[in-house]
Amino acid sequence: MTRKHGSLAALPVGGTAIVSRVRGERAVVRRLLEIGLVPGTQVTLRRVAPMGDPIELKVRNFALSIRRSEALGIEIE
Amino acid sequence: MTPLPIVLVAGNPNSGKSTIFNALTGARAHVANYPGVTIDRVSATVAIAGRDLELVDLPGTYSLSARSREEQIAVDSLLGRNLPSPAAVVVVVDAAALGRALFMAIEVIATGVPVVIALNMSDEAARDGFVVDRAKLAAMTGAEVVQTVATKGNGIADLKLAIGRAAAKTPSEAPPLERPAVVAADIAELESAILTERVLERPAAARAWATWLLLSLDDEGADDLAGIPPSLRKRTLEIRRRAEAAGRNVDLEIIASSYQRVDTIVEAVVQRPPEPSRRRSDRIDAILTHGLYGSAVFAVVMLVVFQALFTWSEPAIAVIESGVAGIQAAAAATLPAGPLTDLIINGIIAGVGNVVVFVPQIGLLFLFIGLLEDSGYLARVAFVIDRLMRSVGLNGRAFVPMLSGFSCAIPAVMATRTIESRTDRLLTMLVLPLMSCSARLPVYVLITATVFAPGMRIGFLSVGAVVLFAMYLLSVVAALTAAAVLRRTALKGPGAPLVLELPPYRLPSLRVMAFNVWQRVRAFLIGAGTVILALTIVLWALLSYPKVAADAAGDQLRHSFAGRLGHAIEPAIAPLGFDWRIGVGIIGAFAAREVFVSTLAIVFDIESDGAEDEPLRDALRAATWPDGRRLMTPLAGVSLMVFFVLACQCMSTIAVVRRESGTWSWPLFMLAYMTVLAYGASLAVYQVGSRLGLGLG
Repeated sequence: MTRKHGSLAALPVGGTAIVSRVRGERAVVRRLLEIGLVPGTQVTLRRVAPMGDPIELKVRNFALSIRRSEALGIEIE
Repeated sequence: MTPLPIVLVAGNPNSGKSTIFNALTGARAHVANYPGVTIDRVSATVAIAGRDLELVDLPGTYSLSARSREEQIAVDSLLGRNLPSPAAVVVVVDAAALGRALFMAIEVIATGVPVVIALNMSDEAARDGFVVDRAKLAAMTGAEVVQTVATKGNGIADLKLAIGRAAAKTPSEAPPLERPAVVAADIAELESAILTERVLERPAAARAWATWLLLSLDDEGADDLAGIPPSLRKRTLEIRRRAEAAGRNVDLEIIASSYQRVDTIVEAVVQRPPEPSRRRSDRIDAILTHGLYGSAVFAVVMLVVFQALFTWSEPAIAVIESGVAGIQAAAAATLPAGPLTDLIINGIIAGVGNVVVFVPQIGLLFLFIGLLEDSGYLARVAFVIDRLMRSVGLNGRAFVPMLSGFSCAIPAVMATRTIESRTDRLLTMLVLPLMSCSARLPVYVLITATVFAPGMRIGFLSVGAVVLFAMYLLSVVAALTAAAVLRRTALKGPGAPLVLELPPYRLPSLRVMAFNVWQRVRAFLIGAGTVILALTIVLWALLSYPKVAADAAGDQLRHSFAGRLGHAIEPAIAPLGFDWRIGVGIIGAFAAREVFVSTLAIVFDIESDGAEDEPLRDALRAATWPDGRRLMTPLAGVSLMVFFVLACQCMSTIAVVRRESGTWSWPLFMLAYMTVLAYGASLAVYQVGSRLGLGLG
């Protein structure tokens, strides 16, 4: 699955993409980068919580859950 | 006595860091506070290779960068800024998630302090097909690498030996990490400024701190970091601004280059399984986070926890209560009557009883939390429920503490420790006491039975059921509304983003769980118990002094400080429908809400204070205002119950919030807002109800 300038929040369940950029408030962006979502990293959207939010990602071989509001700022390709 | 050499234990959350710490130190941990912040400093003295070392358990984090003084503890401890410098650092990493865990390890190694990497959960990693070349990892990082399975105690002896070797080394000049030339120049510029100002002596430490300053300092002074010389703060922000003007992102440059190094190391030392790992966890998750089955499992698990807190703790609480009563009776029989004996029986023994009585619920709740957390399910609870909790500004991790609040606020406040962000944790703590705890039940029951006719029904429901339902509903609505309001006012600010790791499912270790339960119980007994004991004695004095020559306990109480206080506050509480006697009850209830019933029994001169409160109900029904109006009308009863739902009528809650927030200002703020809320709501109920002509009958 390859998308140009899409957001991680729009990735379908099971879809895999590469992080290209992380936007948002500085502290939030720094946190996401530090946990390993740096540009070039492969992410897979594993599942969505029963109420539609948050989402579960697989990144660097661990399962990470973030909210859609943060995922919106993560651009993928 | 010269201070012992310090060894820090650092690591990501969920890496098993605390388990390693406990395995290294046994049950000898000592809890204190870091100067100036409200973070527990957990440490223990351990003899390694014939030398005593002080091991310090650092808070679990994903990185060293900080926005608050609390987060700053990690870097200050490492670099010995305002704190003693460490002799060595153990970085605990999850062997299966090296790609993330090494990020912090290389940040620590870059400071030049000797490092031992504990490659933890290596059995799990091996089962999933991960093979880590330890020799190569050691060569590439410059740290000694030890394989451990902390839950089973494997590798701990080796780790101790490695710590001994590392602590004997001197700090080295770790080579700088490879970074883009522009940002390397920024760091070098700040590094030399740090060295010139002699804030730090070693170049590697200065470089690490320079990197940290660039990542952590915020432009408009929005960070809450302390102890940074103004000149360096200014210099850092200048460098950041210069970079921004050039269209660069310093944070990204630093973090991305660190991860580049991590990726290079992982590429070289890890043999990955051909198939992605964690298939077992994935299968479990397919059910446990499924929309339908997941929600069903979630509801069942929460019901079991809830039920257990309510009913399983009951026998133990009964034993403690009758034990305390037995000791009081024995003391009364043996000691000569007098004020000292009274102090011992009704002040000290009762106070100790007030503390110990919470132990069963705290123990049970932490047993469950340990089970849920160590198995990995607690993170799924947060995942499933976050959406709902967020709508009022709380996060998913607040759910279990909030639910526990229905049982008792004391263990629930302690359970907020599972919430990572301090703001979120404080918010949860401050609204939790609005959840209707089990100690409010006797009050609802007494008042309902007093003011409503026994057989009265509303529709097909008994009036008691309707009242109980209404009170619980009110408590939930109040707690959620308070959370939403506080999030927008007192605890404003950018909420921490939810960054929730969902660890693989694991079988919890009984030993580790039992140890954690004991630590929590001990922290409660020492931290909050002492305050509860002191407050019990103060309250006892208020209710018993000054002494008058009166035979009846009621006379004594009426003339006591509390009795006078009840009279004094009557003008304030009369608009709520309460007279001074109810006021004394409310003051007495501060010891514990259920004490309301027994205090009322004394003030209304009811002799028997056994389980049967029939005489008290009759006395309450017959009670009148001086002008002959009935005191306990249904409207006054509802007003009183509303007051009990919303008021912070519990000194133990205040004591435990003081313990967990580390200051008196938050519990006092909580007491103030809840009192205002309770007063306003009761006033509205009674005044509006009276105007509408309700409750006069």
